[in-house]
Amino acid sequence: MNRIFAFLILGTVAVFASGAITGEIQKQAVNMSAIVMFLIFVGGTLGITYWAAKKTKSAKDFYTAGGGITGFQNGMAIAGDYMSAASFLGISGLVYAKGYDGLIYSIGFLVGWPVILFMIAEPLRNLGKYTFADVASYRLRQTPIRTLAASGSIATVILYLIAQMVGSGKLIQLLFGLQYEVAVMLVGVLMILYVTFGGMLATTWVQIIKAFLLLSGATFMSLAVMAHYDFSFGALFSHATELKGIEIMSPGGLVSDPISAISLAIALMFGTAGLPHILMRFFTVSDAKEARKSVFYATGFIGYFYILTFIIGFGAIVMVFKNPQYLDMAKEAVSGGSPILGGNNMAAIHLSHAVGGDFFLGFISAVAFATILAVVSGLTLAGASAISHDLYASVIKKGKVDSLKEMKVSKIATVVLGIVAIAMGIAFEKQNIAFVVGLAFAIAASANFPILFLSMYWKKLTTRGAVIGGSLGLATAVLLVILGPIVWVQILGNAEAIFPYKYPALFSVTIAFIGIWFFSITDNSQNAKDEQEAFEAQYIRSQTGIGAEGASEH
Amino acid sequence: MNKDLVQKIKNDPNYQELISKRNGFAIKLSIAMLVVYFTFILTIAFNPSALGTPISSDSVTTIGIPIGMAVIIFAFILTGIYTKRANGEFDDLNNKIKNSIKEK
Repeated sequence: MNRIFAFLILGTVAVFASGAITGEIQKQAVNMSAIVMFLIFVGGTLGITYWAAKKTKSAKDFYTAGGGITGFQNGMAIAGDYMSAASFLGISGLVYAKGYDGLIYSIGFLVGWPVILFMIAEPLRNLGKYTFADVASYRLRQTPIRTLAASGSIATVILYLIAQMVGSGKLIQLLFGLQYEVAVMLVGVLMILYVTFGGMLATTWVQIIKAFLLLSGATFMSLAVMAHYDFSFGALFSHATELKGIEIMSPGGLVSDPISAISLAIALMFGTAGLPHILMRFFTVSDAKEARKSVFYATGFIGYFYILTFIIGFGAIVMVFKNPQYLDMAKEAVSGGSPILGGNNMAAIHLSHAVGGDFFLGFISAVAFATILAVVSGLTLAGASAISHDLYASVIKKGKVDSLKEMKVSKIATVVLGIVAIAMGIAFEKQNIAFVVGLAFAIAASANFPILFLSMYWKKLTTRGAVIGGSLGLATAVLLVILGPIVWVQILGNAEAIFPYKYPALFSVTIAFIGIWFFSITDNSQNAKDEQEAFEAQYIRSQTGIGAEGASEH
Repeated sequence: MNKDLVQKIKNDPNYQELISKRNGFAIKLSIAMLVVYFTFILTIAFNPSALGTPISSDSVTTIGIPIGMAVIIFAFILTGIYTKRANGEFDDLNNKIKNSIKEK
């Protein structure tokens, strides 16, 4: 296996090197310091993967790093999962373009975390082993519940992967001068290497290192901006408003009507609590105590990061906007308005050049690439475990499968998902993918979260209720996104949206909860009675952890 | 977990205390977070200019900025408060329950 590993590393470097050469014919110049720093990151993380591969011997090691991650490490890794390149570049770009609206968006992404801690983290840790379907199917029938939960997980993971792959291809094309296809393949191959060889242990450490680099880089940029204004926010804001106008200091058009506001809030809050790659992280720690600490640290890191992106966005207004160095001359000539090279999402990248020159630009570019790699690794691991642990081991083999065989299936699933991600990344290059992250959150909030939450707290939940209600939630979310303004009008080109709101969560989550409730209370089968009777024992275990220790195998 | 054990734990006063105290605390903190967040987001939806009021007459900084930062810090503080109490007081109670089953 070591030989295969060494071969794959050499192959990756070769792909990178050849890509770098073809990159010279691209518009963007090859950024040598970015490439050197990125190679150091890749070399270091592949070293970690090699170390992790030797320690990953069982399915438990593969899925959960043996449960030996500390609360602090896991908090950092959760923050890493959440601080994707999309949120780093996207939110700082939104602040750069719209000012205050960027802050509204990031607050929405943060407030789900306390609720996860108070309601979900502990029962999840006490009841589950590897996936959230373990918890949802704890006292319900395995086959239907696992199938539904795995479908919800895989749908969320693939949508998220599409967004990450397309974003990464474009970003890398711009930053490193690599061809789009080469960039997408590079991300896919490296991610397959991390996950298949190093499992959760390698994925966690890649995530921790990347979170540390990202937080350090963002801190440096914010300090550089603030130092310029003698650490006075007033001075920074007043300079920014001179350039962009006073309206950037107040809420703009992001949240216009109450229905959209509530619907977005529900999607972000419950969606976060239904993301499979986030939920899976709670099984990597030893007990409920460490699970709680994970959320505490994660909330701190994420909140701090969002405050930094706000400063970075304003820093870009004062240092990048109207700076001839970053002006997109071609677009300016056509439409005016001082557009920057690569669009608003490049605001943070240009700012890194403005405050730290080529060297720091290289560092931030390498960090952005590392961020994408780490996030796709976490996603793929979550998708692969839904396939191997929920579908293969529990549904197809009915639990009669040994841990090594199950691990092998999850490695195959990782490779397949990696190939799917590369193919989707290439297929969606020129598509408008603005809807996919919203759809991923809507599915997580409408299918995954209601089943998970009610299975933990509601005695009368039955298999029939969960399956029908969860499927209704899933179908409604997908349907309303298709009929909504983004897909129906912007992509399919119809004049008016059939469903007027961008965010379907308020409706689809409500339908899921009502569906689950109605089809549970009207279920009078013997099976339903048994499931309701099993609740008490499950509840005691979920609250105290008694019985949970014995469940983790060695 | 067999039925006797379920009954035994259910009747354990420590268990009853743990459940009522911890769930009560978790619900209170969740409501606090929801109220703060929904007040914030609905203020923006119904009356966006409210958060656009300048802090003082000679400043461009609006009250929305410290309020937004405060929501972020509030969320972090809530997780800290819960984690401290749950990892201390509630886990002590939980350990008492676990020990009482072992004694048997």
